[in-house]
Amino acid sequence: MREDKILLAHGSGGKLSHDLIEQLFLPKLSNPFLQPLDDSARITNQNGPIAFTTDSYVVSPLFFPGGDIGKLAVCGTVNDLSMIGAIPAFLSLSLIIEEGFPISDIQRIVSSILESAEEAKVQIVTGDTKVVEHGAADGLFINTSGIGWVRSGTHLSGMNAKPGDRILLSGFIGDHELTILSRREGFKFQGDLKSDCAPLNDLVERMLHVSPNIRCMRDPTRGGLATTLNEIASKSNVGIMVEEEKIPVRESARGICELLGLDPLYLANEGKLIAICPPEEADRLLEVMRNHPLGTDSAIIGRVTEEHPKKVALHTLIGGHRILDMLTGSQYPRIC
Amino acid sequence: MKFIDEFRDKELAKGILKNIEKTSKRPVQLMEVCGTHTVSIFRYGIRGLLPEQVKLLSGPGCPVCVTPNQDIDLAIALSRQKDMIIVTFGDMMRVPGSTSSLQKEKAEGRDIRIIYSSLEALTIAREHPDKRVVFFAIGFETTSPTIAVAILRTKEEEIKNLFFLNSQKRIPPALYALLQSKKLNVDGFILPGHVSAILGTRPYQFIAKEFDKPAVITGFEPLDILQGIWMLIKQIEENRAVIDIQYGRIVHENGNPLAMQKIEEVFVHDHAQWRGLGSIPDSGYRFRESFKTLDAGHFDIEVEPPREHPECLCGEVLQGIKTPLECRLFRVVCHPENPIGPCMVSIEGTCHTYFKFY
Amino acid sequence: MCLGIPGRVVEIEKNVAKVDVGGIVRDISLDLCPDVSVGEYVLIHTGFAIHKVDEAEAHETLKLLRELAEAT
Repeated sequence: MREDKILLAHGSGGKLSHDLIEQLFLPKLSNPFLQPLDDSARITNQNGPIAFTTDSYVVSPLFFPGGDIGKLAVCGTVNDLSMIGAIPAFLSLSLIIEEGFPISDIQRIVSSILESAEEAKVQIVTGDTKVVEHGAADGLFINTSGIGWVRSGTHLSGMNAKPGDRILLSGFIGDHELTILSRREGFKFQGDLKSDCAPLNDLVERMLHVSPNIRCMRDPTRGGLATTLNEIASKSNVGIMVEEEKIPVRESARGICELLGLDPLYLANEGKLIAICPPEEADRLLEVMRNHPLGTDSAIIGRVTEEHPKKVALHTLIGGHRILDMLTGSQYPRIC
Repeated sequence: MKFIDEFRDKELAKGILKNIEKTSKRPVQLMEVCGTHTVSIFRYGIRGLLPEQVKLLSGPGCPVCVTPNQDIDLAIALSRQKDMIIVTFGDMMRVPGSTSSLQKEKAEGRDIRIIYSSLEALTIAREHPDKRVVFFAIGFETTSPTIAVAILRTKEEEIKNLFFLNSQKRIPPALYALLQSKKLNVDGFILPGHVSAILGTRPYQFIAKEFDKPAVITGFEPLDILQGIWMLIKQIEENRAVIDIQYGRIVHENGNPLAMQKIEEVFVHDHAQWRGLGSIPDSGYRFRESFKTLDAGHFDIEVEPPREHPECLCGEVLQGIKTPLECRLFRVVCHPENPIGPCMVSIEGTCHTYFKFY
Repeated sequence: MCLGIPGRVVEIEKNVAKVDVGGIVRDISLDLCPDVSVGEYVLIHTGFAIHKVDEAEAHETLKLLRELAEAT
């Protein structure tokens, strides 16, 4: 491609648009579904329910330690499919690019999308590109919609939690949002913190294999662990009790949270999941999770209870109790 | 993390709670002055762990909660001026003024930025020489020295486009005003650990000497708070009233003289308006003559007349006279997503704490 | 009103120290607390060291806490 920056013409459907698709996207993302470049991709239905999800990605900054918007766009949608027990299969990829955006950055992001799609074993089968005036998009926005095959016999849902069930968490919380916050606000610090962005479908596969009666899985993204647990408590009309000392938080994440007055329970994650399972399956499930690279720090963090329905309670480090609400507004760092 | 984790030990907490139970023979009401104590007490569920006869009351030590409407309205009016950047600490973003908030103004496109350190204000001012930058500065004596340093540097480095909207307050005069109120029913005070790192013990002596009440300067980890409570109860049971230090690893009798000196270089004590408590003598600051040019309070702009919701009980709640449960707006109209008064906005505000706890 | 966290000084250059909190190292102003050496701990508030941590006192407090907890 001759240009080094995106022009409005790249989105107009003409010669430059075709150049963009053929020279930038196709070489990396090509597969039999995408190759015909018809208006729609033709997919053969498998027997059984189809899972269908969509998500848009507007993260800023676009590149951060541990990933970028491209990786997020693949993993986020793959994870949404995985959380209801579906096997992710196909993704659509829709880009809204700001005029003047460097082509080299797009190439970087597309490489990242390819890498993540390969890791997650999904294919990008259809796409779209639009270009908007400078200032109308924060560099680049991405939407991915995803199709997956629901495993027969699985009915994972936030409505299924029952008193006595155990709650498992697959690892350290807070890393992603703290990484983004630090980059965006220009926090200079040295440390090992990076986004945990990752596709969880392989981990989920192993988990469902050993614990077919998992009630529900969720990935605690915006709003963090506390918000996700509240959603489940509400939908299932049960209470949830979690043990503060069991919740894994990386030392460096704790350090930033203490410095800024942030609560890790409300921070977004992009490579973690919560699983709720019958008590007799918990130990085995934990073992399987811990044996997976994305779950080495998994822990049983609490249980579902009949008490205080629709509320989530935290058993604090020193043995006290407090109610964990949903996130209200956004968390601002504080001095007080 | 060192000096943090050791003070969160569960077994020690259990033991100290037993000791508190054993030591407290009569009902006591202790006031924790500092908002950060309120948050810590809530975060660890300490209220629920204390014996029935030990009650904790939240005081006015939440700088967000006590910032009067007119200060926020002025910050908002400034943000609406051309080529103006407002910088402030995150705590202030959602506090409602008379009709708007900084967060709402930001959504309308005003340039309002959160900073984590006063020195960032200087960086922003240097990066935008064509704009005026106003630092909406709130806080108590923990923060005031850092603001003073920023002001001194601004003058030294001759940064011409940085100004300070000063809404800082002083704790001891507020305590004095509280103690003079006949409605106050408090047997002892849990004093703010970090404010006292700056002040030392001397400014609090009147609590014991004039009002015959015990006070303990306490840290913020759960074991600090429990020990502080135990020390207060011990004094009360022994009919003593002295200013004691629990937080010895940080607080010394003389405080931080250098920090206090910085404040004095820039500011003179002045009366200040506290939301809910009214005007308290000596409880705030005004700029010294040589720093007056940095005062954003004197910008000639129109500000709407301050208005508070007539049914907002924040004033009485701040004094410990009423609880949020007695407020008609609590939960019905006023909640964290739609705060009517500052006590609901601030994570350490009493109403916010009650909303989450009950 | 007083978010403050103890951190360990790992490097000092003029009036700025690199301070380690749980593995995160930040630049902290020593304008209010200049008399500090590498290896010592300081209390950090909004990017400033506002007081040194007295380690001997910390141990003393822990000792008292243990006594309090056991005296039942």
